[in-house]
Amino acid sequence: MENLVLQALSGLASASSLFLVASGLTVIFGVSRVVNFAHGSLYMLGAYLAWTLVTSLPRGHLGFWGGVLGAAVLVGLIGLVVEVLLLRRIYRAPELFQLLATFGVVLIVQDLALLTWGAQDLLGPRAPGLRGSTEILGLRFPLYELFLIGVGPVVLGLLWLLFHRTRWGTLVRAATQDREMVGALGVNQRMLFTSVFFLGSLLAGLGGALQLPRESVNLHMDLSIITEAFVVVVVGGLGSLSGAALAALLIGELHAFGILIVPKITLVLVFLVMAIVLVVRPHGLLGKPEAAARGGQGSAEPLVGPAPAALRWAALAAALLAVAVPPFLGDYGISVLTEMAIFVLFAASLHLIMGPGGMASFGHAAYFGLGAYGAALAAQWLGAPMLAGLAIAPVMAGIFGLVFGFFCVRLSGVYSAMLTLAFAQIAWSVAFQWVEVTGGDNGILGVWPDAWAAPKLVYYYLALGLCLGATLLLRRVIHAPFGYALRAQRDSSLRAEAIGIDAFRIRWLGFGLAAAAAGVAGGLFAYGKGSVFPTYMGIPRSVDALLMVLLGGVQTLSGPIVGALAFTGLQEQLVRLTDLWRLVLGCVIVALVLFFPQGLAGAARARWEASRGDA
Amino acid sequence: MALAAPRIGNAQAAGPIRIGEINSYTAQPAFLQPYRNAWTLAQEQVNAAGGINGRPIETVFRDDAGRPEDAVRLAGELVNAEKVSLLAGGFLSNVGLALGDFANQNKKLFVASEPLTDALVWARGNRYTFRLRASTYMQSAMLVEEAAKLPAKRWATVAPNYEYGQSAVRWFKELLTKARPDVSFVAEQFPALGRIDAGATVQALAAANPEAIFNVTFGADLTNFVRQGSTRGLFERRRVVSLLTGEPEYLDPLGDEAPEDWIVTGYPWDQIDTPAHTPFRDAYRKRWNDYPRLGSVVGYDTVMAIAALLKKAPALETEPLVDAMAGLQFQSVLGPVEFRAIDHQSTMGAFVGRTVLKNGKGAMADWRYADGKDYLPADEVVRTLRPQA
Repeated sequence: MENLVLQALSGLASASSLFLVASGLTVIFGVSRVVNFAHGSLYMLGAYLAWTLVTSLPRGHLGFWGGVLGAAVLVGLIGLVVEVLLLRRIYRAPELFQLLATFGVVLIVQDLALLTWGAQDLLGPRAPGLRGSTEILGLRFPLYELFLIGVGPVVLGLLWLLFHRTRWGTLVRAATQDREMVGALGVNQRMLFTSVFFLGSLLAGLGGALQLPRESVNLHMDLSIITEAFVVVVVGGLGSLSGAALAALLIGELHAFGILIVPKITLVLVFLVMAIVLVVRPHGLLGKPEAAARGGQGSAEPLVGPAPAALRWAALAAALLAVAVPPFLGDYGISVLTEMAIFVLFAASLHLIMGPGGMASFGHAAYFGLGAYGAALAAQWLGAPMLAGLAIAPVMAGIFGLVFGFFCVRLSGVYSAMLTLAFAQIAWSVAFQWVEVTGGDNGILGVWPDAWAAPKLVYYYLALGLCLGATLLLRRVIHAPFGYALRAQRDSSLRAEAIGIDAFRIRWLGFGLAAAAAGVAGGLFAYGKGSVFPTYMGIPRSVDALLMVLLGGVQTLSGPIVGALAFTGLQEQLVRLTDLWRLVLGCVIVALVLFFPQGLAGAARARWEASRGDA
Repeated sequence: MALAAPRIGNAQAAGPIRIGEINSYTAQPAFLQPYRNAWTLAQEQVNAAGGINGRPIETVFRDDAGRPEDAVRLAGELVNAEKVSLLAGGFLSNVGLALGDFANQNKKLFVASEPLTDALVWARGNRYTFRLRASTYMQSAMLVEEAAKLPAKRWATVAPNYEYGQSAVRWFKELLTKARPDVSFVAEQFPALGRIDAGATVQALAAANPEAIFNVTFGADLTNFVRQGSTRGLFERRRVVSLLTGEPEYLDPLGDEAPEDWIVTGYPWDQIDTPAHTPFRDAYRKRWNDYPRLGSVVGYDTVMAIAALLKKAPALETEPLVDAMAGLQFQSVLGPVEFRAIDHQSTMGAFVGRTVLKNGKGAMADWRYADGKDYLPADEVVRTLRPQA
């Protein structure tokens, strides 16, 4: 009994920490609709800055608490700079485009933190006055954890006062509910956004700084917290502070008690919770449905017509190059091109649901990975030849796409995207944990092509043929009645229903088709690499797919192709050129975001249209 | 092709011998920066001493960012574009396995430096893959020897939830139960790697009231586990047996909060004054103005093993290299080491001792060098573990 009470208290302490980070994220999202991927980096910077301040200030209460608060304010200022220099310029870009920018910031911060603070984990001092422990029911419990349990509700209370008792807070709440109306009433939105970003970043920094007496400060803090923070925000309901608090509590306690019953549940628990909550409550625990976008009816995306002649010629030339050049390249060049072809299809499949479908996915790697595992499992357990494996890949991915999609496409916006992430993580953890069948994180080895396709060049042509074919097929689908229906339900679900389009079914089938196409890419990737690992369906791979689509431009059909080529090419080159490739890649992404807010292909189209308009 | 090969060999005869090295530099910098520093040092020393029969060695480093699929691509680049004579490196087990499989498929020698997984030389072992570092099995066996001497009968385990943690716990349980049939395992915790919820994990272990704990967590997880565990009194009146905790990479960040009297494997760099180790330590400090970590030993010895191989092998083609690698003996900074012909595992050992606090820092005391050759299963067992060609 005593043990259970203490377990509950441990859960509360974790919940409190989690809430601090999530509260900043939810405030920022509520007002600016920015999916701030860099929030974890701000948290990490908070911890590092607090370490520097606390260890260099004189010991004692003033040094410690001054250092913690100082770090929080500094991080707030860093957030402010990021907002003013970067995000403010791209609020008008398509939805989720800001995610690309904040991902660039993540990469930059990772290398800068390594350069500044070194590779070794840092251990901060304990909090003065809260070093030891106290006895609760005869068992020891750390004082600092008790203090943390108190911090969460206090911060929640202060935020509540700020949002309900000040004019600024009222404006923020108004903007969270309806930002256009607030703008129409003459409120200076720029100031509002900037100040909200400052507050959100400060909370992230505070969350990081308060971990100092509890955990070591290390370079992995950013990515380990960001997904959990997102889960808390989404489970609670986007933009809802009390929802975030409730969700943090739920997850903290479930975790504390979950490991008593199933010790290995740690990998997947938060995602299971999120999946269940979102299936039952599509807008999180305390979230409200997004106000119907007023602009929605008028601002339908431009219709995508057939490609102009110049683009057709360019595409034909590129295809000819892709066929004619490889025989003159070395094996390595061919394998890079093979990978590019695969990623073009992977990006194009995501684009089908993101662009024409209007549904973002944060978990598209699941279908890539399921395709790869489908092929590899067939090869390992059934002794299937390569072509059979490649045929199984899209079937496996497509079936799971339909199953997962059945739940995901009922939701909208970020909720839907986060549910895809939850399913992807569940699939990932099955691959990771079911060691007897999947080999766990050691993966499945020896998935090499059949003898006839073993030469790199032959395999390249096979991959090129399949990927190009599938990509063109997806393009064809977009121009077919099905594609028009897909776009119709995106632009106005009401009107689409009114003319007899079953929006759910269209979205669902679109999701399944995209999953199957990603499965083809995954199967080809498996045989190209010779092995399959859970990383194939990990979050980083899903993020890569998003980056490719966003980089190329969501609103063009050639966007994902250009984006995949640019992203893979950049990364491949940079890794070989410099140890600081993350810093350089991050800067390049930020620059691209600033100069081409419509994506690369979007910018090209805009220029093309402008030149024709002038003529 | 057969005719062309010797001609290329002659054309390159004056140039350096190239080694391709792949590791997760951006993902695991704490271990790999000292590793790479020592690698550079070793290469400079080999070249200053006249290289390999007059030819210097040269290394092309690549960062796989912790992704096995990228490691495979880079391996292809090193072999095909950079024309390296052999591959080396690997930190994460799955990256090591992917590279091992690549080596097998492309018939290229791969000298794995760090990956600990047993599968690399046993279940997934192949002709072209060799491993330097003492494996999970070997290090677990070293600790079981000590654990069996303890009076404790009720054991709990805590390990990161991935292959390394799972295997370590499995071997520890199996070997300890064999040595001491009277022990029982009363609790196990498997926190996600890098994301331990230390308070809840410590509390869950304490609730089972074990007499001793086997710990496999390392890095940030270890730090958080130790902090919560000490504050909550988990380690009082309980013995802890802990893998890798004596390595400076993981012990030093703990500072004056390093746990005392844990039985650990590790590397007491400041106390090893052997003719092989002292010059290495001095040279490393002089070159990098820092003390060596265990990663440094692994990096340095990988180069020395490769240098010994290149001197022994009659030719730089893969098959003669592989033949020379089987049974290769060289003088590592820890002592003489042999790459066993039977399973391609080196006999490099580890230091086993207990932790103490010295001058406000963690250190190892009462340590001894456990030679790896004494902690491997009998040959007939190894043959059942490894696919026989």
